Amino acid sequence: MSLIDLANPTKFLALTARLLPWLAGATVILLLIGLYQSAMAPDDYQQGATVKIMFIHVPNAWLSMFVWGIMSIASLGTLVWRHPLADVAAKAAAPIGAAFTFLALVTGSLWGRPMWGTYWEWDARLTSVLILFLMYLGLIALWRAVEDPSRAARAAAVLTLVGAINIPIIKFSVDWWNTLHQPASVIRMGGPTLDNAFLIPLLVMAIAFSLLFITLHLAAMRNEILRRRVRSLQMMQANQKAA
Amino acid sequence: MRLSGHNLRCVRGGREVFSGLDFAASSGEALAITGPNGSGKTSLLRVIAGLLMPSDGAITLDGGAAELTVAEQAHYLGHRDALKPALSVLENLSFWRDFLGGESDDAGRCLASVGLDHATHLPAAYLSAGQRRRLSIARLLVARRPVWLLDEPTSALDTKGQDLFVNLMRDHLAGGGILIAATHTPLGIDAREMRMGAGS
Amino acid sequence: MTALSALIRRDIRIALRVGGGALIGVLFFLTVTVLMPFAVGPDLALLSRLGPAILWLGALLASLLTLDRLFTADHEDGSLDLIVMSRTPLELACAAKALAHWLAAGLPLIVATPVLGLLLNLDGTATLAVALTLLAGTPALTFTGMIGAALAVTLHRGGLLLAVLVLPLSIPVLIFGVAASQAAITGPLSFGTPFSILCALSLVSFVVGPFAAAASLRHGLD
Repeated sequence: MSLIDLANPTKFLALTARLLPWLAGATVILLLIGLYQSAMAPDDYQQGATVKIMFIHVPNAWLSMFVWGIMSIASLGTLVWRHPLADVAAKAAAPIGAAFTFLALVTGSLWGRPMWGTYWEWDARLTSVLILFLMYLGLIALWRAVEDPSRAARAAAVLTLVGAINIPIIKFSVDWWNTLHQPASVIRMGGPTLDNAFLIPLLVMAIAFSLLFITLHLAAMRNEILRRRVRSLQMMQANQKAA
Repeated sequence: MRLSGHNLRCVRGGREVFSGLDFAASSGEALAITGPNGSGKTSLLRVIAGLLMPSDGAITLDGGAAELTVAEQAHYLGHRDALKPALSVLENLSFWRDFLGGESDDAGRCLASVGLDHATHLPAAYLSAGQRRRLSIARLLVARRPVWLLDEPTSALDTKGQDLFVNLMRDHLAGGGILIAATHTPLGIDAREMRMGAGS
Repeated sequence: MTALSALIRRDIRIALRVGGGALIGVLFFLTVTVLMPFAVGPDLALLSRLGPAILWLGALLASLLTLDRLFTADHEDGSLDLIVMSRTPLELACAAKALAHWLAAGLPLIVATPVLGLLLNLDGTATLAVALTLLAGTPALTFTGMIGAALAVTLHRGGLLLAVLVLPLSIPVLIFGVAASQAAITGPLSFGTPFSILCALSLVSFVVGPFAAAASLRHGLD
């Protein structure tokens, strides 16, 4: 089956129906392995058991940016190639991306409580994630503000691409602002290079969360396609009454 | 010169307005698009003007300037008159002349030819609906465009205004122009009629 | 070029005439600044320390909130259709409109800065620094904000949603604008570094803003 065939929503629905159970299964297995390995990983000499929050936090933070990347590619698909599934992909990804970003924020602030003694420190990384979260919420609000899905898709696509250009600039600015205002002695998230005892569980968790995203995204795309079909059926019904 | 559209399909808000639509008009020819409300007359004009993207099909202007799009060689006279109430009549027209790349000193003459030369320095806010329409018609004259796309052009015009406009359309066609108008009432000039069905 | 200068002249003229509302931005700027002492207390030392931040926030909100109608006014009266159809590239027309808006609504903010600096107990150097950073930074705010103004055409509304969409994008300008003013007033950082980055942000927005706004307008008409 070529990519062109996938452009057809019906074929997409048929293929994903077969694919989703396998993806969901693989996600669960990898998540279990990753969680077990994380639990078995040694404590950090400085941060203690708190370091294990990283195994959840880092994949979420990574995905929060990765999902925006996916949405940007989908937005190009909407604006340039006018691909029928592109705006479905972009719309379905936004709430999932927002959820991952929110989890990154929550885990980050839980990690910060014992480290900084407060739930919120204006740490460069956390602040950037917070701004990203605000941008996700703005994008979702934009999707909800326009009734016609194809018009909403094009507006959201423009905003997504502008965001994609701006996110690195915002990240750089916040990092710069942070070094300006904070003494360097505060422990930062992420920290120095990790050794293998941490790296392997982290990688497994990263893959597991990426699979989780793919599973959720395909399922959300299916829902969105069905939702649009219901909408056009209702529209046809309304027109029949009028005619 | 020949303006033609082939196999046009237009979808708005998830609803198909028309599909498989063909039309053609040559130099000196007027095409009157008629049909009930909601049959897609305005949508068709906006598709030709490049303001709506057709879901399918293409529009070509044979014999026009090759480096320009159809929209760039067309005037569009829509329901909304593109006038700024804060500016005077002459300022409004001079702006469109400069922006559309018209000749330098004929805005006053164009105002005279639509019968607004007495009001050049009044704010456009003081104009009546018919006078506003006359002023937007004057816009068609300040810059030369071979294609005129007119949406209900004679609405709000009194008999005198309609006569005046008929003469302007005749001049345009005599000069080799193309005219496509969506209309409910007869245009007053020789025009080929194209009827659009409701919702088909 | 005639087309673009005609567009700029028209927009400035409309903004300055009755019903144009270019000066409402300055009034808003003044009001926000006057509100601040009521929130933080009339402590002059504190106000002069917060001064640059207050002025920058006021200018940021004033320049974004006045952008609301940049394209919707032209959309409602049909002018936007003709601008999209014209032989002038839409990106350039958008840039011209943003420039006109900055001249009519952004520049007055900078002119008003010295007066507001007096209210906040800023000395001459500090006021000059804030005015200079606003001069370099407000064009970036206008050119970023115009993306939101173009989205308003699709949304059929403006107001709060636009502010929510555009304000996060203006964070870098705020960071470097305030940092450059503070650097000039208290140091220890050199004024040059944040100021050059601020100018760079403006230059980036000159490219991104018109292209994004034009893309949004082309796809947003109905």
